[in-house]
Amino acid sequence: MTSSPARFRGTDTYLSSEGLQSAVNCALTLQRPLLVRGEPGTGKTLLAEAVAESLGLRLLTWHVKSTTRAQDGLYVYDTVQRLYDSRFGEGDVRDIRHYIRLGPLGEAFASKERVVLLIDEVDKADVEFPNDLLHELDRMRFRVTETNEDVVATHRPVVVITSNNEKELPDAFLRRCVFHFIDFPDQELMRRIVSVHHPGLDESLSEQALKVFYELRNFTRLRKRPSTSELVDWIAVLKASGVTSLKLDENLPYLGALLKREQDLMAVAEAFGRRSRA
Amino acid sequence: MFLPFLYELRRRGVPVGAQEALALAGALKAGLHDSSLDGFYHVARALLVHSEAHLDAFDQAFLAHFKGMEGAGQQLTDELMEWLKEARQRRDLSPEELALLERFNAEELEKLFEQRLREQTERHDGGTKWIGTGGASPFGHSGHAREGFKVGGEGGGGSRMAMKVAGQRRYRGYRSDVVLDTRQMAVALRKLRAFAREGVADELDVEGSIAATAKNAGELEVVTRPPRRPNTRVVLLMDVGGSMDPYAHLVSRLFSVAKQATHFKELRTYYFHNCVYGRVFESSHLVGGLRVTDLLGQVGRHHKLVVVGDALMAPYELAMRTNSDGRYDPTNGKEGLVWLMELARHFERSVWLNPEPPRTWRGNTIEAVARVFDMFPLTLEGLGEAVAHLTKGRMARGRR
Repeated sequence: MTSSPARFRGTDTYLSSEGLQSAVNCALTLQRPLLVRGEPGTGKTLLAEAVAESLGLRLLTWHVKSTTRAQDGLYVYDTVQRLYDSRFGEGDVRDIRHYIRLGPLGEAFASKERVVLLIDEVDKADVEFPNDLLHELDRMRFRVTETNEDVVATHRPVVVITSNNEKELPDAFLRRCVFHFIDFPDQELMRRIVSVHHPGLDESLSEQALKVFYELRNFTRLRKRPSTSELVDWIAVLKASGVTSLKLDENLPYLGALLKREQDLMAVAEAFGRRSRA
Repeated sequence: MFLPFLYELRRRGVPVGAQEALALAGALKAGLHDSSLDGFYHVARALLVHSEAHLDAFDQAFLAHFKGMEGAGQQLTDELMEWLKEARQRRDLSPEELALLERFNAEELEKLFEQRLREQTERHDGGTKWIGTGGASPFGHSGHAREGFKVGGEGGGGSRMAMKVAGQRRYRGYRSDVVLDTRQMAVALRKLRAFAREGVADELDVEGSIAATAKNAGELEVVTRPPRRPNTRVVLLMDVGGSMDPYAHLVSRLFSVAKQATHFKELRTYYFHNCVYGRVFESSHLVGGLRVTDLLGQVGRHHKLVVVGDALMAPYELAMRTNSDGRYDPTNGKEGLVWLMELARHFERSVWLNPEPPRTWRGNTIEAVARVFDMFPLTLEGLGEAVAHLTKGRMARGRR
């Protein structure tokens, strides 16, 4: 809270709400990690890129997978390479530092300037994973036990963490984060998103596509509701094939781009097909 | 100033503590809220809430706590005034309302409005005097407001007002105590997995191999082990028909999630109607029955029993005696409740999921059934608790 850092106001291509901007600014000022949750396709990952772009900082990305351990983010001691080098007499085997490889988190700490670090889909990893990172994210430092050296962040990185809610995150971890839940865009925002992706799209087509899209999303029998990226894809297909008018019935063109499950397609055909025939 | 608000949040089940209070104080000191109620709403929400399940409770607490302040938020009053001017053109006002509006000139109306705003201490829906929704007062939003404190009407544009956003309660769907969707169910059920290594040893044990090779003075020694496989067996019993019809969709979702779950070694599903009477059925049309005694013979004690039903029936249905073929047999049969007890006694872990809200569980047959089975509501929270209950060790035998 010493200096007043630059405020985040969204970028030209990333449309953000007031609540989101406020959450980002809280995270910037309080220097806490920002935890972003929301439905798939609401732009959680893109947020980090937008923050980096608007603040003019470098973006480091750490994609978390089911096998990722917290240690991977800090550093890895490449024993195999060292063994290999000693066998064939290459490189400076004596100096262990040549075989310490910093992970994304370590790199963010060691960086000379301030960076934005994206920890993507933190919930993919093991349940204990966020807890293992608590200390490092709090203190912004860690020790490399092999060399007995400390890696200390000179500039605390801006940490953006995304989660799909596949696993519950531990309370202790949540307490340290600024939280924001990205809403599914309302029709007005969606119209702007569509126009960003498809500039110059025929007005009436986009109106109709949006109407059908939200009707489908409100159709409760769907197992997987279509999201933003599917709408954007669908409109691209419609545009390419020159469709000009749409109506929600069994003959809806390229429905497969919106609905990815067979039961969903059948449910829609059944419910809306009957209505159009009646 | 915001401390009472934190206690209001705690009262509504949002876990906030000293850490959140300090963070909020820091943010306010840094001026992040731009000295407005709006800004405060967003900042407080970002710092005090850690899960979308609490967003709705936060909105409610915010509404309750800051309702008195809306007068202070001059912006909000301004917006009300704006709407007031606009309201005369609304076509959806009834002739009486129009007449009422005609009676005042704009200036008078504003004065009266300000007076009412000062007097009004709580929200009013309907009625003819207070500001609210769906009423015939000149200061309502007649029929247009869908929910909540939405005095501003549709013409707001611009930035959203905090009270309005809070009032819309858009996060109601994310509360953890409301009924759940498929994905959330799948996540909850995923906790019900347990792994065991059994069967043919055909997986390479890397660490074991290294250890064995080292012991063998560097000669390669391969060690294998059986792969980890899911080891959870579940019996799912579902009530169909009658009073369960309103929940049929919900139950079918749970069923499809359970079917798709790959982490069960075995899943058996059976149906019954109202209460178990000697037989359970393989299809929801109640055909292809299986005797309960046979079922208990086929499945072991370590299976997890999950019963889904509203347990709501006429009391005589619990007391009706049937034999093991499911036929009415007043002399040799067992009562419905006894059949349920036999099921509960057989399994080490069992739960009953009830789609009826818990406040209706007293003073009817639900209460009787809840004495036999540990009962949980069929919501995300309830399912989570039920799963936790199922994964605990065995229950003390003869507890019931």
